[in-house]
Amino acid sequence: MPEIRVTPLGAGQDVGRSCILVSIAGKNVMLDCGMHMGFNDDRRFPDFSYITRNGRLTDFLDCVIISHFHLDHCGALPYFSEMVGYDGPIYMTHPTQAICPILLEDYRKIAVDKKGEANFFTSQMIKDCMKKVVAVHLHQTVQVDDELEIKAYYAGHVLGAAMFQIKVGSESVVYTGDYNMTPDRHLGAAWIDKCRPNLLITESTYATTIRDSKRCRERDFLKKVHEAVEHGGKVLIPVFALGRAQELCILLETFWERMNLKAPIYFSTGLTEKANHYYKLFITWTNQKIRKTFVQRNMFEFKHIKAFDRAFADNPGPMVVFATPGMLHAGQSLQIFRKWAGNEKNMVIMPGYCVQGTVGHKILSGQRKLEMEGRQVLEVKMQVEYMSFSAHADAKGIMQLVGQAEPESVLLVHGEAKKMEFLKQKIEQEFRVNCYMPANGLLPDAKKPRLLHGTLIMKDSNFRLVSSEQALKELGLAEHQLRFTCRVHLHDPRKEQETAMRVYSHLKSVLKDHCVQHLPDGSVTVESILIQAAAHSEDPGTKVLLVSWTYQDEELGSYLTSLLKKGLPQAPS
Amino acid sequence: MAAHLKKRVYEEFTKVVQQQQEEIATKKLRLTKPSKSAALHIDLCKATSPADALQYLLQFARKPVEAESVEGVVRILLEHYYKENDPSVRLKIASLLGLLSKTAGFSPDCIMDDAINILQNEKSHQVLAQLLDTLLAIGTKLPENQAIQMRLVDVACKHLTDTSHGVRNKCLQLLGNLGSLEKSVTKDGEGLAVRDVQKIIGDYFSDQDPRVRTAAIKAMLQLHERGLKLHQTIYNQACKLLSDDYEQVRSAAVQLIWVVSQLYPESIVPIPSSNEEIRLVDDAFGKICHMVSDGSWMVRVQAAKLLGSMEQVSSHFLEQTLDKKLMSDLRRKRTAHERAKELYSSGEFSSGRKWGDDAPKEEIDTGSVNLIESGACGAFVHGLEDEMYEVRIAAVEALCMLAQSSPSFAEKCLDFLVDMFNDEIEEVRLQSIHTMRKISNNITLREDQLDTVLAVLEDSSRDIREALHELLCCTNVSTKEGIHLALVELLKNLTKYPTDRDSIWKCLKFLGSRHPTLVLPLVPELLSTHPFFDTAEPDMDDPAYIAVLVLIFNAAKTCPTMPALFSDHTFRHYAYLRDSLSHLVPALRLPGRKLVSSAVSPSIAPHEDPSHQFLQQSLERVYSLQHLDPQGTQELLELTIRDLQRLGELQSELAGVADFSATYLRCQLLLIKALQEKLWNVAAPLYLKQSDLASAAAKQIMEETYKMEFMYSGVENKQVVIIHHMRLQAKALQLIVTARTTRGVDPLFGMCEKFLQEVDFFQRCFITDLPHLQDSFVDKLLDLMPRLMTSKPVEVVKILQTMLRQSTFLHLPLPEQIHKASATIIEPAGESDNPLRFTSGLVVALDVDATLEHVQDPQSTVKVQVLYPDGQAQMIHPKPADFRNPGPGRHRLITQVYLSHTAWTEPCQVEVRLLLAYNSNSRIPKSPWIEGGEVSPQLETSIEGTIPFSKSVKVYIMPKPARR
Repeated sequence: MPEIRVTPLGAGQDVGRSCILVSIAGKNVMLDCGMHMGFNDDRRFPDFSYITRNGRLTDFLDCVIISHFHLDHCGALPYFSEMVGYDGPIYMTHPTQAICPILLEDYRKIAVDKKGEANFFTSQMIKDCMKKVVAVHLHQTVQVDDELEIKAYYAGHVLGAAMFQIKVGSESVVYTGDYNMTPDRHLGAAWIDKCRPNLLITESTYATTIRDSKRCRERDFLKKVHEAVEHGGKVLIPVFALGRAQELCILLETFWERMNLKAPIYFSTGLTEKANHYYKLFITWTNQKIRKTFVQRNMFEFKHIKAFDRAFADNPGPMVVFATPGMLHAGQSLQIFRKWAGNEKNMVIMPGYCVQGTVGHKILSGQRKLEMEGRQVLEVKMQVEYMSFSAHADAKGIMQLVGQAEPESVLLVHGEAKKMEFLKQKIEQEFRVNCYMPANGLLPDAKKPRLLHGTLIMKDSNFRLVSSEQALKELGLAEHQLRFTCRVHLHDPRKEQETAMRVYSHLKSVLKDHCVQHLPDGSVTVESILIQAAAHSEDPGTKVLLVSWTYQDEELGSYLTSLLKKGLPQAPS
Repeated sequence: MAAHLKKRVYEEFTKVVQQQQEEIATKKLRLTKPSKSAALHIDLCKATSPADALQYLLQFARKPVEAESVEGVVRILLEHYYKENDPSVRLKIASLLGLLSKTAGFSPDCIMDDAINILQNEKSHQVLAQLLDTLLAIGTKLPENQAIQMRLVDVACKHLTDTSHGVRNKCLQLLGNLGSLEKSVTKDGEGLAVRDVQKIIGDYFSDQDPRVRTAAIKAMLQLHERGLKLHQTIYNQACKLLSDDYEQVRSAAVQLIWVVSQLYPESIVPIPSSNEEIRLVDDAFGKICHMVSDGSWMVRVQAAKLLGSMEQVSSHFLEQTLDKKLMSDLRRKRTAHERAKELYSSGEFSSGRKWGDDAPKEEIDTGSVNLIESGACGAFVHGLEDEMYEVRIAAVEALCMLAQSSPSFAEKCLDFLVDMFNDEIEEVRLQSIHTMRKISNNITLREDQLDTVLAVLEDSSRDIREALHELLCCTNVSTKEGIHLALVELLKNLTKYPTDRDSIWKCLKFLGSRHPTLVLPLVPELLSTHPFFDTAEPDMDDPAYIAVLVLIFNAAKTCPTMPALFSDHTFRHYAYLRDSLSHLVPALRLPGRKLVSSAVSPSIAPHEDPSHQFLQQSLERVYSLQHLDPQGTQELLELTIRDLQRLGELQSELAGVADFSATYLRCQLLLIKALQEKLWNVAAPLYLKQSDLASAAAKQIMEETYKMEFMYSGVENKQVVIIHHMRLQAKALQLIVTARTTRGVDPLFGMCEKFLQEVDFFQRCFITDLPHLQDSFVDKLLDLMPRLMTSKPVEVVKILQTMLRQSTFLHLPLPEQIHKASATIIEPAGESDNPLRFTSGLVVALDVDATLEHVQDPQSTVKVQVLYPDGQAQMIHPKPADFRNPGPGRHRLITQVYLSHTAWTEPCQVEVRLLLAYNSNSRIPKSPWIEGGEVSPQLETSIEGTIPFSKSVKVYIMPKPARR
């Protein structure tokens, strides 16, 4: 029975740096390739060396799938493909393909031009990377190779966001990326059919939240902005250039038109114009209202919203400014924030989630004095508001999606461990499926061939199916373990450590489908099979390999012994 | 030569008459019967290939077949069926058999044996399915015949095991439509196995094919529709289908669950995985609520719609749909804000509530709460936030229906409805405003809700604003600040959109009369009076000032202390407005004024009966005096008509009846006058001029009868007979006049024949009402019909003339409710001196806004007519979407009319008016063959004539010559 193995390289019990390795029936797929906003050192990118210690990525990975264009899902892509080196196909939807390079270029500019980082990917690398992209349509089944096929579903969240079903033979995994189950002013709701995957990998940003109705949220937002503007204050709305920004623009635009307001609305320029252009183009990806009315007027052709110039920030009178980036960690939004922070008439509205370590997170958690670069201390007098406009599914939404897809098991990523715990318990209780929440770099045993899968307990004419561990516990029995051990003599004059290392690299090259690990104490493990190398008591030239395996792994164990008996290949040197 | 020709024509004519004499209309049709089936037979024999045969059959299907010839045709078709090898031809024949057996007047039991016979030998699945369909048609045609029904059910059961889903589908359909009631099965009991149809159908709920599953559920629903009581056991089966993979199955299952829940609302069902039990209707409600968050939007719409009609559900389940944990009415919302602030400081980012908050609560009562949690909880919250506006509308409608039956629920759902006022789709906004209006009896708006409601007044859509005005008319406001807010917003609305003037005034009228005590403390401020100083007199023509006065005067009607606060000019303005806008300003009891006006208002009620009596009496007087001398009759009629018209003006509620009867009397008067003419005594042929009066009378009567038939709503069949009778008399008069004025007989033949056809048509249409028409013109006419058929036109005319004179005056029974259709064009107002300029040859759009009262089916009848100065008339058919229905019996037409003309030298006026189009042929029953076939629907939509029913408005236009 083929197995599914999932290794989160990022986003395991964490938000940011989404990168998940899935191997399913011998096929290896990497889901997303993101960066982390909170770090500026090596930790910002996933540790790709984990995938293969020294082999080429292209040989190991069958394909890479990018769910949407947010940098925490695609930010590391040029680094991964051009600097680490990957030449296989990268799959994403058309809007993602169009918008992704804009964001990457912006990110590069900030990192290289503003912060002066060296050893960063170049514009050319972004271009080269995008050449490897294969665009997919919604609900289009793409054959990556003879066995592996992928299919995209609509995910809401941002323009072009998609959930992906990855299928090999009868095994399938659904990766949601980020998704939104409630429609907003510009996008529809995520939808998936009853595809019954073996595993559903879902984000869980809002695992412990049930949000208010979106109408209340919208009304509150408009009220806050309206009040601040009426009192002559300036309103700063930090946004990621794409996604939430467009929704809020549409919201404010229609409100301005309805209420006949005159205060100017600005949008920090640059990538926005290009991005808006794509929003106008990909009308089919938007919600029902925009799709239906674009013949009369494309909603993304704003009447009241103008481009922002740095000089405008000092203009007197009220105004509303959308500025990037969204977590106030750099760029224009931070500049404007520093200018306006001193006046209590002004207001900053944080419309989304802020990662720890960013200025946004600090002011939201109530800090009034911020330490800026160069030891400056900034006193924040302006009003700080938070509106949950983040287009992630809340707890109910996640439950709804799990209900729709009917998976055999669920795996939570892209969330905080404490909150995941709660949702995990909820999912297990409601749907009676296994739920996992691995940390980065850890393997959950999603599926494994076992001798004993479960136990049927017949008691008082009741049938119950329980796990074998529980059955043992209930019946008060102790588990008996049957272990086979076998000694294999090898002729090897080198030290034990080196022998173990040789055994490791040999097994690694032969057993591609299995997890071969070299433990720090010098032993080698293949799944649960332990191999220890020891010097022969009499003959130091001969090494004794102690191989030990449980009855469950009999097959693999006997195969290993026979393999080792054949001897190790001659070392190249 | 001419004489010879004439003779030939004469001969030919007599021939036709002879033919009619030999065989009356029905017999004439019989002639075609053998030829029809024979032709088909020949065609089919001729056909060399299956494709040919198919072509012939298709051609044959285009023409209707009469009931008498159906059997012959069927025999021929069957004969070919046996011979035919090609399944597609057999399929067509099978479908034709089905169509034929639907023919009215044909009893299909004779072909049933054959149909069942060929069914047994058929191999092709498609043909089998079609044959079963035919059997279904036969079965539905014979609902009384139990034996046949049993047999058909048997056949269906036999084929249920077929491998093709199409055949199984049809079998289930057959079972659903014909599966008999159990009691009749036992009563019949003639050896046929008693089958439990429900069980058989229920077994197919788990068929492997989703289409069959759907068909099974539909069949079950069909059984229910036919009055068979479904078993409660079906409920559990249906519940399982709710998690089916296919949306059509789920959609049908939702319906079935709804049906069962209506049948057994009170029975108790256990909650799985716990020991508790709940009412079935509650359980079903929860399940349907769950479907509101289904993956398919079709299912969501279906579920949301059905929720509205589940009124028996317990209130705590109902309130769960608004899920308090998520909802935020004002109080809760405030606390939510405070809480949210705490959350920020603790680093938690959510403006909603944490799951952790309610987690302990869930653990307390896992059983029931869990179940609700997945079901009813927040169903409407989901539905109202759905991405498809169809679902949102359905949810709003359901909310409306549930709120109408439960006041407490109405109060709770208010916040959600108010939220819907800001929906992005206009239709949804409009629907929620209407909903709010419908439940307004049960609710009182709080200030903050009013604030949100009033914000919508700035909406740029006229429909929305007017719907909102209607809503405000019947809203209860709780505080005086609320009233003030409403007034301020309405005045803002007035300055922004001056066209809303009338609607706003009307709205304020009701707002004032509903809340006199709340208006009272506002009066000094509104009138800007000062205790010591005289303030400037406001401008009387200011619409905003009038609006304020309308509010105050209406409040003052029930608040006698209010006038004391008025200043002098207010009284003067009152007098002026009471005269100029009497429909908006009520009569007030004012100090220092005679109480003339106030005496009138309470005395309206007792007056009502006498006026009705008066109407009855004056009508009876007319009808009873049958044999007065002609002069006297005329005078009496004139008098009565005058009385009735005056009565109609005085008593608006009797206007319809009075007008209707007056019109009828006028027709009679015209007829009498025409017959009294001296010219009839002159033997010689008349000249056109001399007969002017008579022919004009005939024409006018015709017009009046059309008006009577189509301009009044509530006209019943017995009135229609009388009206048609009057029209027939007018036609007779016309015939006589033409006969007397024209020289020569040839045009008369056609007219005579046409008239006789009319009589025939009359007889066929109103055969049931003929006994009521004793002694009337038609009665006598029908007696003499055989003679008339044979007579020459001159004789016919003579007979008609005497009969017209002798015939009595028919009593017109008055219908219960009758209203005259009327229309007023609000826009264009026709006052503008500025011509509408446009380049000749191009079009200019003219906005037309009109209110229609008591028009039935305005979408198809109301037309706009434009008359150009050169006499050119243009009729415009407004789109169905241009009609709005703001209230019962009222419609509103807002449309654009495109004008165009060649260049004029100076501006000129065009007339715009509304027409009521009618088509008296629409009463003819249609044949089933045509229904099933592909006959164009033009027959129904064609217009026979039009009646203008609004005043025409003049619009000044100026087409300029195009500049080169």
